[in-house]
Amino acid sequence: MSGFEFVALSLPPMVIGVLAAIACALPGNFLVLRRQALIGDAISHVVLPGIVVAFLLTGMVSTWPMMIGAGGAAIVSVLLIEAIRRLARIEAGAAMGVVFTAMFAGGVLLLEQTDTSSVHLDVEHALYGNLESLIWLDAAGWGSLVDPVALAGLPPELLRMAVVACVIVAFLLVFWRGLKISTFDEGFARSVGVPVRLIGGLLVVLSALAAVAAFDAVGSIIVIAMFICPPAAARLMTDRLEIQVAWSVGFATLSAVAGYVLAGYGPLWIGFENAVSAAGMIATVSGLVLAVAAIFGPHRKGAQLPR
Amino acid sequence: MLRVVQSQANDTTADPAAPLSIRGLTVSYGQKPAVFSVDFTARAGRMTAIVGPNGAGKSTLLKAVLGIETAVAGQVRVFGADLSMQRHRVAYVPQRASVDWDFPTRVIDVVLGGLYRELGLLGRVRKHHMDYARDCLSRVGMEEFEGRQIGQLSGGQQQRVFLARALAQNADLYLLDEPFAGVDAATERAIVAVLKGLKAEGRTVIVVHHDLSTLRDYFDDVWLISTRRVAEGPVKEVFTEANLRATYGGRLAPAQIDMLSRQDG
Ligand SMILES: Nc1ncnc2c1ncn2[C@@H]1O[C@H](COP(=O)(O)OP(=O)(O)OP(=O)(O)O)[C@@H](O)[C@H]1O
Ligand SMILES: [Mg+2]
Repeated sequence: MSGFEFVALSLPPMVIGVLAAIACALPGNFLVLRRQALIGDAISHVVLPGIVVAFLLTGMVSTWPMMIGAGGAAIVSVLLIEAIRRLARIEAGAAMGVVFTAMFAGGVLLLEQTDTSSVHLDVEHALYGNLESLIWLDAAGWGSLVDPVALAGLPPELLRMAVVACVIVAFLLVFWRGLKISTFDEGFARSVGVPVRLIGGLLVVLSALAAVAAFDAVGSIIVIAMFICPPAAARLMTDRLEIQVAWSVGFATLSAVAGYVLAGYGPLWIGFENAVSAAGMIATVSGLVLAVAAIFGPHRKGAQLPR
Repeated sequence: MLRVVQSQANDTTADPAAPLSIRGLTVSYGQKPAVFSVDFTARAGRMTAIVGPNGAGKSTLLKAVLGIETAVAGQVRVFGADLSMQRHRVAYVPQRASVDWDFPTRVIDVVLGGLYRELGLLGRVRKHHMDYARDCLSRVGMEEFEGRQIGQLSGGQQQRVFLARALAQNADLYLLDEPFAGVDAATERAIVAVLKGLKAEGRTVIVVHHDLSTLRDYFDDVWLISTRRVAEGPVKEVFTEANLRATYGGRLAPAQIDMLSRQDG
């Protein structure tokens, strides 16, 4: 494969895949430890009304209004869950279930009531993505990476995913100590004045942001896999949170790159004609990574006797 | 906030700057209150036991005092001020079973959590912080375990790590929820020695305690609670058959109550 082909056709989807995987895996570490890992899945239901409302207000299918609408819907859902939990005094899981299904249903009703036939509002696309289509037509070869004109033609998903990943990294850096203490021992964290509710809320909102951005770019299957598989595999490699997060980034990157390459070339290597879905292969690789970690990970349960 | 005023013998003598003063505190998880309109006052430099049957609201009382659970009504004053002004003077040891010990963290990291007031979200852990955390670990005899993952400790060792974290808070008021639950006699002695050391330094220690047979040996004062306040005061005066009956109802055998309330120091 020539440099031109690689830079134009393979590099952008690969980078987007890696960024999406990292953006989901980072908060995934905390969601898994807090036993909230299914939130990524649930968010796909919550964001629908947000996307529809954004479309109704702006009348166009463009990225940023939809992201803002989706983010707004996620925030509304978090507030609703808190309110229901406190007012109705039911447990968080049940409150989530109520809010997520209600909001998804609201989104479907809104969508039915609006005339979207004239404009192409493709919810399928928001939920399932298509990684292979994110190509960079302005690229002429490796040199384009330093050519501002060509760079302006990069798929918008790339910039968006990069911004989201940076926001999440910034959040983790700023709130690291509070996140760690409140994830381990929420009661103690409250007693010393850690802003537990703010941190928990931001974690969910940023997970929603990662999920929405990644949905649009790469599809739901990756989001669900990346929230859970790299962090769960990383937990089996170490007994320290700092190192676990580093491993999860490594596993997310490995899954995205290996998954993309295997999807594109794997079938050819074993004699088939057509490439398979990159998103599906990336999720599969992350599952394999988790399986290998579960069998060989040095810190899996029972692998180590107390010294 | 609703303030329930009740006439009580010890109200008139209550120190306005008492380490902990609770008035009319009511906490409810649903329709039924877990703690109902209780008043207690802790006396400075003493060890106080909170005693009552399972489900009496002991843990809930501590959590409401610390702002972990929201009170429906009542007032809590810590050293004469609102808790938000005094958090740096209060240390808390939760019930050991309230956390997931599989959490990927080391003993020393847990103890460093006790320095949150000092470090804040962004402060860097420096060598003197590490030395201080190690010192707290050695006060509970756990210095060799600083690098171990917390799940690979025995229950008694985990309890000591929690205590070391509270020591790192260097507080004036210590609130401990069942620190002796599931620990062996040696660990219990070690923990009691640390708590008595805190008391000797003039700090106030409040402990949720289940073992009535050690009450007299360990504590100066006792608060008896069964959703409502039953009694409070020096162990010698308050630990009577009548009060125990009122606290435990039929849950202690009459012979047991008899034996315990007659037992002399
Ligand atoms: N998070 C909660 N949600 C609902 N009810 C609760 C919750 N925590 C405690 N309760 C209820 O409140 C009451 C008081 O509980 P609490 O844990 O304060 O008792 P306790 O005196 O500490 O008991 P134990 O000796 O068993 O630790 C109990 O009836 C309990 O079932
Ligand atoms: Mg309790």
